[in-house]
Amino acid sequence: MIKPLNVFGDSQVKDAIEVKGTATIPRDVRETVGEARVENPRMSCNNVNVFYGDKQAIRNINLDVGCNEILAMIGPSGCGKTTLLRCLNRMNDTIPGCRVTGEIIMDGHDINAPDIDVVPLRARVSMVFQKPNPFPKSVWENVAFGPRIHGLAASKTDLEEIVVTSLQKAGLWEEVKDRLAEPGTGLSGGQQQRLCIARTIAVEPEVILMDEPCSALDPISTAKIEELMDQLRQQYSICIVTHNMQQAARVSQRTAYFHLGDLIEIGDTRDIFVNPRHQLTEDYITGRFG
Amino acid sequence: MSNEGQAADTRPNRRRAIELVQAGMARRRAAERRFRFYSKAAILLGLSFVLLLFVSIVGNGYSAFMQTHVRLDVHLDASRIDPQGTRDPRDLSYANYGALVNASLRELFPRVTGRSEQRTLYQLVSTGADFQLRKMVLDDPELIGSTVSVWVPADDDVDMLIKGHIDRDAPEADRRIKDNQLVWIDQLVQDGRLERRFNATFFIGSDSRDPELAGIWGAVVGSFLTLLITLALSFPVGVAAAIYLEEFAPRNRWTDLIEVNINNLAAVPSIVFGLLGLAVFLNFFNFPRSAPLVGGLVLTLMTLPTIIIASRAALKSVPPSIREAALGIGASPMQTITNHVLPLAIPGMLTGTIIGMAQALGETAPLLMIGMVAFIVDIPASVFDPATVLPVQIFLWADSPERAFVERTSAAIMVLLAFLIAMNALAVILRKRFERRW
Repeated sequence: MIKPLNVFGDSQVKDAIEVKGTATIPRDVRETVGEARVENPRMSCNNVNVFYGDKQAIRNINLDVGCNEILAMIGPSGCGKTTLLRCLNRMNDTIPGCRVTGEIIMDGHDINAPDIDVVPLRARVSMVFQKPNPFPKSVWENVAFGPRIHGLAASKTDLEEIVVTSLQKAGLWEEVKDRLAEPGTGLSGGQQQRLCIARTIAVEPEVILMDEPCSALDPISTAKIEELMDQLRQQYSICIVTHNMQQAARVSQRTAYFHLGDLIEIGDTRDIFVNPRHQLTEDYITGRFG
Repeated sequence: MSNEGQAADTRPNRRRAIELVQAGMARRRAAERRFRFYSKAAILLGLSFVLLLFVSIVGNGYSAFMQTHVRLDVHLDASRIDPQGTRDPRDLSYANYGALVNASLRELFPRVTGRSEQRTLYQLVSTGADFQLRKMVLDDPELIGSTVSVWVPADDDVDMLIKGHIDRDAPEADRRIKDNQLVWIDQLVQDGRLERRFNATFFIGSDSRDPELAGIWGAVVGSFLTLLITLALSFPVGVAAAIYLEEFAPRNRWTDLIEVNINNLAAVPSIVFGLLGLAVFLNFFNFPRSAPLVGGLVLTLMTLPTIIIASRAALKSVPPSIREAALGIGASPMQTITNHVLPLAIPGMLTGTIIGMAQALGETAPLLMIGMVAFIVDIPASVFDPATVLPVQIFLWADSPERAFVERTSAAIMVLLAFLIAMNALAVILRKRFERRW
C-alpha cells in the first residue's frame, strides 16, 4: 500500500484523522459492521458477488447509495471498491470473464436483469474515470456528445444551453468559454477532469460514479473538484472511490471501508474516521497498512 | 558481505573494482564498435542491392521511352485510297495504306528494284505506319490526293541498331539487320529522315506483337479496374470483420479459431488463391475469363487478411479509456465505435489498406491462373472485358523473344515501381496527416 498523498500538510491530517483507538471488533471478523442501509435509497446492492474468471473479487456486498449524498469507498488496493463501483452501471460488462451475482436495485428493478438495457442505465448512472479521458475532439464536442446521442436537446439552442450550463456546473466555463473549439486534450489535467465531469452531468444522470477522480491531479485542481462535488451533491448521488483518506473525510457523508473483497465497515464518515469499530478500519485509517 | 569486501580491499594484490572496470572497457568498446560495424554493413548491403536494382532497371529501360522514327513523304493517292471517290469511312479504312508506305520507300531508294530486296527495304518501317496513315486519313479525308510528310515508327530491329544493341561488325548471318539495310539506314540518317523521338505509343498503346507498337496503357487500365474491385470489396469487408472481431466478438474458442485462420490466410501462397479463383469463380460461377472482375475477386481474397490484421491493430491501439468514456455516459457500442473509435483508427486502417493494395498491384501468380495472362490488344472498357495487369504484362514481355522487348520490360517495371512508390508515399502521408495524439 502506498501511503496516501498528504496534500494539506501534517497538522491538518492530524485534525482530520484523530483516531482514539476505539476499535473493538477483531481483525478476522468479516461481517459488515455499521448501518449499510439508508432511508429511501437511490440504489441498493443485495448480496453482490463479482468473479473475474474463478477469482472472487468481492463477496456478499450489501450497501445502499442514498439520495443527495456522497458515499466514499476506501480501502487498500485490490479490495474491490472499484469493482463494486463499476457494477453500479454495469461497466464490468466490458471486462471479459467478469460475472456478477446478487441484486442491484434501482427504482425497484434489478439492473442486472436480462431485460435491462445498459444504454439507458448508464445514462442514469454515469461514470467519471481515474485518468482524465476527454475525447480527442473540441471542448464543445466533448460536452455535446452525451446530449446528442441521447437526444436530450430538441434544437441547436437547447444543446448550446446544455453545454454551457454543464460547463458552468463543472466550474470550467470561465476557463474555457473562449476556447470551446480547441481540443479537449489540450487542457490541463485538472481542467480535463472537470471537462469529463461536465460531459457526465450534461446527460443529467441521477448517480455519478467517480473512480479516484483526483488521483492524477495536483492539489489545487483537487480542491476545485472537491468543491464541485459538494455542489453537485444537491442534485445527484455521488459514489467516489478514493485512496486519499483526507479526501474521503472532507467530501463524503458516508464512508464504506473495503478489505480484500469484503465490506468491513460502513457508516457516517465522521464515525468511521473518529470512532472506527473494526480493527481493520482503524489500522487502515491510522496508516498501519503500509 | 560488507566484511568480505573490506577484507578483499585490504589485500595488496587485489585490484579495485574501478580498475577491473577500466581494464574491461577496451574489450567492451571493441565489441560495441564491431556490432555497429556489422549493422552498418547490413544496411549498406541492403541499400546497395536496392541501388543495383534501380540502376539495372533504369539502365535497361530508359531507352524504351525513345523510339526511332522515319520521316516519309507519303503521297496519299486518291486512286488507291478511294477509287470510287465516295469518301465513305468504311472504304477509307479498308484501303491498302501499306502499299502507300512502300511506294514512298521505293521513291526514297529508286535503285532498289529486285522483289526480295524491296521486301527487305519495306521491313525498315513498322507496320504501325499503316495504322498511322489510316488514322490520319480517317480524321481528315481532305488530305487525300496530297503528299504528307510524316514521322512513322521504324521497325524494332532498326530501333535496336540505332540504340546500339545490334553489332554492325558481326557477320551478316548473325545480324537481324542485313548489309543492304545498313546502307539504307545510314542514308536515311544522313538525310535527317531517321530520328529518335519520344515514344508516346509506349504510354498510350496496349500490348502488341511488334515491340515498337507495344504500350502499357491497356495493362494500366486493367490494373486500375482490378484494384478498384479489390478495394471496393476488401476495404469494407475487412474493416467490418476487424470491427466485429475486435469490438464485439466474445473471446472464445471460435473467435480464436477465426483469428488463427485469418493469420494463416495471410501466409497462404498467392497461387493457391488463383487456383481457388479458377475453381470457384470461373468454373462454378462461370464468370468471364481474364476479366478484372475475377482478378479483383481473387486479389480481394488475398488482401483481406492484410487489411483485417492492420485494422485490428489500429483498433487495438485506440486507448480503452476513450471507449470507457463514451460507454460511461451511456453511448451504445455502435455510437462509441462510429463516433470515437473509428476516427482514431482510420489512419491505421487506411495505411494497412494501401499497403495491401500495393501488394495486390504487384501480384502476378494468382492472375495467371484465371487467364489474365492472355495476349490482349484491346484496352478494357469495363470490368467484364478481357484485360491484363501491369505485372503480368511485364511477365509476358520478359517472355518475348524480340530484343526490343527487353527495354520495354524494364520500362514497364519502372512504371509499376512508380505506382508502388506513389501508393506507399500516400500511405505515409495519410498516416502523418491524420495521426492524432491523445
